This record gives sequence, structure tokens and C-alpha cells, in this order.
Amino acid sequence: MAKYQCDNCGFVYDEAEGFAKEGFPPGTAWSRVPDDWACPDCAVREKIDFERVEDE
Amino acid sequence: MHSTTMASSHSYSDSKRYWWLLGLVVPTLPFGSYLLVEATGWGVLWFWPIVFVYGLLPALDWYIATDQDNPPEVAVPDLENDRYYRWIVYLFIPLHFAAFVLSGWVFVQGGLVWWEALGVALSLGAVSGLSINTAHELGHKKGDGERWLAKLALAPVFYGHFFVEHNRGHHKNVATPDDPASSRMGESFYAFLPRTVFGSLRSAWQLEKTRLARLGKGPWTLQNENIQAWLMSVVLWGAMLVWLGWLALPFLLIQSVYGFSLLEVVNYLEHYGLVRQKTESGRYERCGPEHSWNSNHVVTNVFLYHLQRHSDHHANPTRRYQALRDFEEAPQLPSGYAGMILLAYLPPIWRRVMDRRVVEHYNGDLTRANLHPPKRAALLARYSQTA
Repeated sequence: MAKYQCDNCGFVYDEAEGFAKEGFPPGTAWSRVPDDWACPDCAVREKIDFERVEDE
Repeated sequence: MHSTTMASSHSYSDSKRYWWLLGLVVPTLPFGSYLLVEATGWGVLWFWPIVFVYGLLPALDWYIATDQDNPPEVAVPDLENDRYYRWIVYLFIPLHFAAFVLSGWVFVQGGLVWWEALGVALSLGAVSGLSINTAHELGHKKGDGERWLAKLALAPVFYGHFFVEHNRGHHKNVATPDDPASSRMGESFYAFLPRTVFGSLRSAWQLEKTRLARLGKGPWTLQNENIQAWLMSVVLWGAMLVWLGWLALPFLLIQSVYGFSLLEVVNYLEHYGLVRQKTESGRYERCGPEHSWNSNHVVTNVFLYHLQRHSDHHANPTRRYQALRDFEEAPQLPSGYAGMILLAYLPPIWRRVMDRRVVEHYNGDLTRANLHPPKRAALLARYSQTA
């Protein structure tokens, strides 16, 4: 399970947690999130702008 | 000059820190009217908040110098986390609700002649219009609490879908032909107003419909944030009607229509004629400093929580108002938003002042501007020789 971060506002999409409000239940893979899905916090970046968060 | 950019976080002090309290003057204006009329017996003083917005703010902008003070980046985390700045925004909401109740009561029970009652409703409408700016600041924040307060602030003016559309629609599509809330060169305010009002409503509904479809639901659910926000208005307006009777209805409608029209005239001047170019991939370029009209006129900036530092707001929508920066390369309006509103109401004067600024911004190449389709050919012909 990976995490992806919005490079504008820092919002993190965590595949393990999903994002229920946006219709992505826990475990939803990043590949299943639509390409034009906008960051739910700032809306000025889309999925394809997100960067993978490397594990510590 | 940005004199503070070299300072450390410890040495930075916000020169506007206590001036931000002036934002709270706005919802108290109707109380001021009430006291002034009580003291003098002059019914014309019911219009005091209107005079404040259209007269006093532009005059003070004209008189008082601009302010280009930017916080240094190291000071921003402390500045953003200082809860003082949040609380003075939150306090706007109960004061606005109190003014709403007082004004509705005076409108119905005050024994006013028709034009005095109109003054009361329009004056509260001015406060409701400015409350959308308060909701705007809160709606961009990440916490559920502030987002809930944003919807609450939009309840009196019955414009709750703004919370949905502005954040997820306008910010995504700003300065493109797809955005109903970005005005086009050659488009008068009166052409823009119905396009933005109905276009934003449609966009807000569509955004929630799309989100809810991913949840396997239709749009007619209490999870629809438009419906949540509208229901707050239904409850509030319903309570006023039960308490004051049907005579409260004209009050509610006048303050709402005038209030959201005040918001939309500000929308009109924020991006007039500016457009993001398409990149090779077919996406629009990112929103940059060059895609918003800015102003450093300090009086309107204080009353609108730095809304006029609009380029930074669009680049960083979640940044709190006290931390927004002036960008020297951003297009500047000749006056603060308060003064520019007056010009927007008078399309020939607006065009005389603004069209040449759009032309200059694009170095004479209007094919790169956001043009009103019915005026496109005429504008290109008229300004082609300056290219």
C-alpha cells in the first residue's frame, strides 16, 4: 500500500485508508482513482500531479 | 520593495495584525444605522452600510497608500497557526446573524416607509455579500469545522452552493473559458451576472453529483453538500417567516439577491480577460500570478481578508489570509476592489479603464486573452494594429 501527496497543499492519499467521502473505500489502489480527480483540499492539482511518498 | 523578506521568523511582526479587526466592523454596520436613525430621526441613514461600501471604502483606498509587505517564508507557519487570526474571522458569523435578525425585524415591524425598508434590506444585503468573503476564507481551509462554518456563513444569503463550486469548480477552471466565474474581455457585468449565477449553480450540482456517483448514490441525498448548505438557509429563513410573517419575504429576497450580486461583481473583476494557455498535453497551464487581477490597496485588503492578493490565493488556495503575498509580476488594478466595483457597474467606463490593461498584459496579442465570443471579432480587429 502506497501513499501519494499533492505537491501544492500537502494532502496525502493513503491507499490503505482510501478516502470515503470521495468514494474510495479503504484499500482502493491509486490506479483506480480517475486521472482527472482533483485534490480534495486545494483542487488546483489533479491525480497525475501527485507524487509518491517514499517509505521512511 | 519587500522589506521583510530577509527577516527571521522571530523578528517578523505583522503590521496589519490589529487592523484585521476592522473586518468585524462590517456586520456591525446595520447596528450603526439603527443607532444613527434613533439618534437623528433621519431615515436616509438606513443606507449607511451602502455608503460605507460604495463611498467610504473607495475613498479611503484612494487616500491611503498601498501596502506590499510580505511575510518571510520562515514566519508563515507561526503566522498561520496563530489562532487570533482565525477567531476574528469566526466572530463575523454571529455578528452577521444578529444583524440579519435585527434588520428583518426592523424591516417588518419598524413602521418604515418603503424606501427606508429598502435601505434596511439592501444594507443587510451588503453585509451578506461581504459574508460570502468570510465564508470564502473559511471554506478553503482543511478542517471540517471551518468548512462547516463556511456553510453556516452562507445561510442568510442562501448561496450555500458557493462553498462547493468555488473551491472545486472555480479554482480548478479559473481563467479558462470553462469557468462561469471568470469574466471575459468585452463581457459587461450585466452579461456576466446571469452566466456566473446559473453556471455556478449548475457546476456546484454537477460536482456533487459526480462525487456522489462514485459513492454509488444519486444527487438527492443529505450527503450532497449543496443540499446540506441550502437546508441551513431553509431553516433560518423559515424561522424568520414564522416569527415575522410573510412580510419578511421581500426582506429575505432583496438581501439575498443583492448580497450574491455583490459577490459576483467581485468575481467579475478578479480575472477579467485573463486566460490560461493550453499546454502541448492539452491541459491548461497551471494558474500563475498572471491569471488574476491584484491590488495592494490596504483598506479594501483589510476588509476583504487579503482577497486582492488574488494571485497568491489561486496559487495556494489553502494559505490563510494573513500569510498571502503580493507578487510584483501580477497584474495590478488601478484601484482597490471596492472602487473597481463602481466601474464594473458602468460598462463603458469599465471597458475604457480595463480593456487597454488587458491589451498591455498580452503585449497587444489578444488571441491570448479570454474574449467574450460575441465581441471576439470586433475586439481582435480593433486592437490588431497595436500588436
